[in-house]
Amino acid sequence: MIPAAFDYTAPSTVDEAVRALVAGGEDAKAIAGGQSLLPVLRLRLAAPTLVVDLSRLTELAGVHDDGDSLLIGALTTHHEVQRDPHVREHAALLRLATDTVADPQIRHRGTLGGALAHADPAGDLLAPVLALDAVLRCTGPAGTREVPAAEFFTDYFTTALEPGELLTHVRVPKLTGWGARYEKFSRVAQAWSIVAVAAAVKVVDGVVEQARVALTNMGPTPVRARGVEEALTGEPATAEAIRAAAARAAEGTDPVTDGNADAEYRTHLARVLTERAVTAAVSDA
Amino acid sequence: MRITVTVDGVNYSDEVEPRTLLVHHLRDRLGKTGTVVGCDTSNCGACTVHLDGRSVKSCSVLAVQADGRAVTTVEGLADGGELHPVQQAFHENHALQCGFCTPGMIMQAIDLLAEDPDPDEDAVRHGLEGNLCRCTGYQNIVHAVRDAARRLGGTR
Amino acid sequence: MTAAVEPEVGRARRRKEDARLITGATRWTDNIRLPGMLHLAVLRSPVAHARITSVDTTEAVRLPGVLEVLTGADLAAEQGSLPCAWPITEDMLAPPAPSIAVDEVNFAGEVVAAVVARTPEEAQDALAAIDVDYEDLPVVLDLTAAVADGADLVHPDLGTNKSATWVFDSAEAGTGGDATAAIAEAEVVVERTFRQQRLIPAFMEPRSVVVDPGPDSATLWSATQVPHILRWMLSAVLGIPEHKLRVIAPDVGGGFGGKLQVTPEEVLTLLVARRLGKPVKWTESRTESMLSGHHGRDQLQRITVAARRDGTVTGLKVDLLADMGAYLRLITPGVPILGAFMYNAIYKFPAYRFTCTNVFTNKVPTDAYRGAGRPEATFAIERIMDELAAELGVDPLELRRRNWIRHDEFPFTTVAGLTYDTGDYEAATARAVELFGYDELRAEQARRRADHDTVQLGIGVSTYTEMCGLAPSRVLGALRYGAGGWEHAAIRVLPTGKVELITGTSPHGQGHVTAWSQIVADRLGVPFEDVEVLHGDTRVAHRGMDSYGSRSLAVGGTAVVLAADKVLAKARTVAAHLMECSPDDVEFTAGTFAVRGTATSMSLGEVVVAAHVAHNLPDGVEPGLDAEATFDPDNFSYPHGTHLCAVEVDTETGRVVIRSYVCVDDVGKVVNPMIVEGQVHGGLAQGIAQALFEEAVHDEGGTLTTATLADYLLPSAVDLPWFTTDRTETPADTNPLGVKGVGEAGTIASTPAVVNAVVDALRHLGVRDVEMPCTPMRVWKALRGGAA
Ligand SMILES: Cc1cc2nc3c(=O)[nH]c(=O)nc-3n(C[C@H](O)[C@H](O)[C@H](O)COP(=O)(O)OP(=O)(O)OC[C@H]3O[C@@H](n4cnc5c(N)ncnc54)[C@H](O)[C@@H]3O)c2cc1C
Ligand code: FES
Ligand code: FES
Repeated sequence: MIPAAFDYTAPSTVDEAVRALVAGGEDAKAIAGGQSLLPVLRLRLAAPTLVVDLSRLTELAGVHDDGDSLLIGALTTHHEVQRDPHVREHAALLRLATDTVADPQIRHRGTLGGALAHADPAGDLLAPVLALDAVLRCTGPAGTREVPAAEFFTDYFTTALEPGELLTHVRVPKLTGWGARYEKFSRVAQAWSIVAVAAAVKVVDGVVEQARVALTNMGPTPVRARGVEEALTGEPATAEAIRAAAARAAEGTDPVTDGNADAEYRTHLARVLTERAVTAAVSDA
Repeated sequence: MRITVTVDGVNYSDEVEPRTLLVHHLRDRLGKTGTVVGCDTSNCGACTVHLDGRSVKSCSVLAVQADGRAVTTVEGLADGGELHPVQQAFHENHALQCGFCTPGMIMQAIDLLAEDPDPDEDAVRHGLEGNLCRCTGYQNIVHAVRDAARRLGGTR
Repeated sequence: MTAAVEPEVGRARRRKEDARLITGATRWTDNIRLPGMLHLAVLRSPVAHARITSVDTTEAVRLPGVLEVLTGADLAAEQGSLPCAWPITEDMLAPPAPSIAVDEVNFAGEVVAAVVARTPEEAQDALAAIDVDYEDLPVVLDLTAAVADGADLVHPDLGTNKSATWVFDSAEAGTGGDATAAIAEAEVVVERTFRQQRLIPAFMEPRSVVVDPGPDSATLWSATQVPHILRWMLSAVLGIPEHKLRVIAPDVGGGFGGKLQVTPEEVLTLLVARRLGKPVKWTESRTESMLSGHHGRDQLQRITVAARRDGTVTGLKVDLLADMGAYLRLITPGVPILGAFMYNAIYKFPAYRFTCTNVFTNKVPTDAYRGAGRPEATFAIERIMDELAAELGVDPLELRRRNWIRHDEFPFTTVAGLTYDTGDYEAATARAVELFGYDELRAEQARRRADHDTVQLGIGVSTYTEMCGLAPSRVLGALRYGAGGWEHAAIRVLPTGKVELITGTSPHGQGHVTAWSQIVADRLGVPFEDVEVLHGDTRVAHRGMDSYGSRSLAVGGTAVVLAADKVLAKARTVAAHLMECSPDDVEFTAGTFAVRGTATSMSLGEVVVAAHVAHNLPDGVEPGLDAEATFDPDNFSYPHGTHLCAVEVDTETGRVVIRSYVCVDDVGKVVNPMIVEGQVHGGLAQGIAQALFEEAVHDEGGTLTTATLADYLLPSAVDLPWFTTDRTETPADTNPLGVKGVGEAGTIASTPAVVNAVVDALRHLGVRDVEMPCTPMRVWKALRGGAA
């Protein structure tokens, strides 16, 4: 199918892009990798009259080491994230989750910023970003601000981005030496997550010193499994302790029933996958 | 909008509507019908081409986004009548039946081998997970890609 | 000409077809661009059942590039009714089947308006500007509800949702005993209800049609499996003289039965092209393909077996409800009937009763999908044989042994009245068991059960046969099918000795060009490369019954042999005349005619030239060596095999992973083992996908919620296992090649093998069945004793 007609502009600075988006108002849409937007346009589920291409904003590309954290440009592709040595060392959870996104061709085009701005509750990069306590830098007509991941995702396909505002960078605090695992459950390889669990743990002398766990597709936004984290922290990293902690995985979640699974099954999966994710993260630590 | 795209080594400069998908530009404007369309949702991979040397789904790229860049399609692989080793391996291993998925499969296989010159069975299967084939059950495609790896390794 | 030394038949020849397919030099219908060509796009109903109260096209016609916007009212007089070629009973109810809805829509996806524009973009834009008002009618979706008293009706004027009821009873037919009595008297009775979910053929090439109306006669290109049937039917439906219509199937990207159809869009493209006097193209999107191309399966099967305690089955009863969808397409009603003869499978059951009720619902019509009726039948019988084995506490393979036809009992006339010519179930099973490591896997299964392992192992058995090589025309006639089952071939021997073979089959991935070349090369002693195979164009291949039902090789390949034999017979006459001997004294080997017992000989090439220049031919012999032949088989062919599947089921998540899959198929003689193996692989993939992944789902309103490849889950390379395949070979008696057909075997056998394995893994945990597809959630729920 063919998208409805639109105008197109490819600005070369963030300011120009913001101006174009503001001028276009409600009918303007940014395009980064286009991997989520183009199928939507082809099916004519949306019909913007102006498309603002971000791909020339070279200032938003690439991963930078910024002391205690990594600063990842919104236009960094999934493929670049997968290959980046800084990410591998300091944000393994993000890399592991990125490995599970879609397929190689889509990972060549799709961007971290696009995936987060799109905010699909089944998207695999939201929960890791939440678990890692990342901060999202946004620039709009009112200037630049930093939004903690916990405040960025507000509803199904909805974020804290204001009209005309762009996500420019993702700041990911380094978790060097932590064990990590992204446990994804989908029906076929290429499909989206029914449920997935992002886990990172710091284990010292067989004791879980810190734990970060977040869930994909257990509600309209990614959910931080605080109960699990609490139960793990300070406990020996044993199978029993992990199992007991994982039993709390579904606390505070609000899973949907859809064509892939019902809420009851999702709730069950959340517990099973949390146990598996944490177990794997512990042995990775 | 006027765009200039190099396709299989030839420069083309054309006026296109911004909404034109790269695959439609290739097929309808440039007559490059070797690349095909199999879906609306970027799932099937039949439209896979290389954009500046990396595999992409050409149904998920706007033609205007390819402005100033180089595209390689299945039609640009054979070198003066000599088949690309991956094409040869697909033929030898009966890795195609109807052949509709084949252009995309071959283009993705080449990308996969560029990234991992000696993939095991599992790596081949994962590398091709964005390309659907309804005819072959994939087994002979896996054979072909591993055979191509050997052929390419031999020439390296 | 040089003689081929190694026989071609039996060789794994690399395919001639590949050269253009791997280089992109393809000829898909959508590649065609004709001067002045216009583009057709159609608007589809978003609702499943409604009266159309108005269609407002005023805005659409004003848009740039739009030449015409048509509604059902505009085409009502010319469009006729789409054909159904298989009225299974005399009193079958069949509503008129419009290509474009006139005042009522009966499924979501039905065409309600058509736009012709200069570009595909403009045509699409105009669709968005058409305004249709619908008045909702009650939607009928569920099979059981549809046949209940007081049900809402799909076609109220028919007074019922039942299209037809078809019964076979072996006592009445004189082919066996009384199944009802057998069940009443049985020591053991097992009854189950299985659901064959709706599937979508999902060929990778979307359908496309191009029509050049021409000044005098029209040419229609279509991504179809059946160019000959299509020409015949289009001329019948639209009243176009058949000789003024040429149909071409160029490169076709898969079909699997899904392109065995006369579609609304073919009719509409032809109508609008003739109306405007311009070439017109229509190409569907994937979503349109899912919404409007016919679907497959969709049956509810109640199956009952009666047996003695020793495992001998004494009777079989089958009650089907088959979902037709909203209309009867080409062979919609006949699909379940094709299965009727297969429920008794490879077994010597003494009594059998089959009843099928065909039911209308507000869904897209069902029709042929790989296997058509036979996978459904095989699934039900192979599933219930496993259930019976469990009930009796015997090994499932042992139960089959006690009931199957032994190799020394062929030919065997079954309780369904078919005569199986040859087969050796013992041999195929023995080989499969060996390759699989059956006993070791059973031991591992026992261990895992004892250990309460989270991941349980299951072993699934499927021993199948199928009737294919459709078909003896007489039998088809007796079943009220509207066409014959013969096939045609013609051979043109060119003056230089090169050969053109024209076949009535219409391949779309099966490799006929290669296999037919091999057959001709052997028969005529010419090189493989010297044979050109022509097909898929009614002007070139003027007679044909096309490709479906695994018929091409057994029927079409035999026609090739017969045509080649006619060429040789004539060449022999000419050679004898030239060598001045009696034709009986002429021997033909490897391309050379020799006079027996002498050194005198002539090559086929020399005979070809002599026949062509005709300077010295026997009296009454026409110049040239061309010949044609039509073959009508007098029986079906019956491939069979044993498939064994081992699955691992994660009892915590319900996920099923196939650990190993072994199949040993007996497809008779093999022309090209490489192609045969490829067909098996592809068939397995589709059968496994039915077991584990695929399902067409509708919401309560009748909207298809799996209308994209993101929602309708086709397995990728990651989701399928490695297949271990092998063959045993008992040549068919029913054709000179000894071949049986392989296109559908993998699909038919694999689905029950996988589901049997899933249930076997969990039987000790109380699971008796898991509905298809066996999704993780269904498996998990079955384990918890909830609704599976
Ligand atoms: C077949 C298929 C399978 C997939 N499977 C998965 C999967 O398993 N897991 C998964 O996580 N994802 C999956 N994806 C989605 C993929 O990860 C996309 O790449 C990603 O969601 C979007 O990134 P993009 O750069 O392509 O965004 P685009 O498509 O360009 O944009 C998406 C949305 O975000 C907005 N946007 C983009 N960038 C910015 C920005 N910097 N600031 C503000 N707004 C912005 C756009 O306006 C648009 O609304 C799949 C996609 C496809 C087609
Ligand atoms: S057509 Fe591009 S992925 Fe299907
Ligand atoms: S060969 Fe037909 S889809 Fe792959």
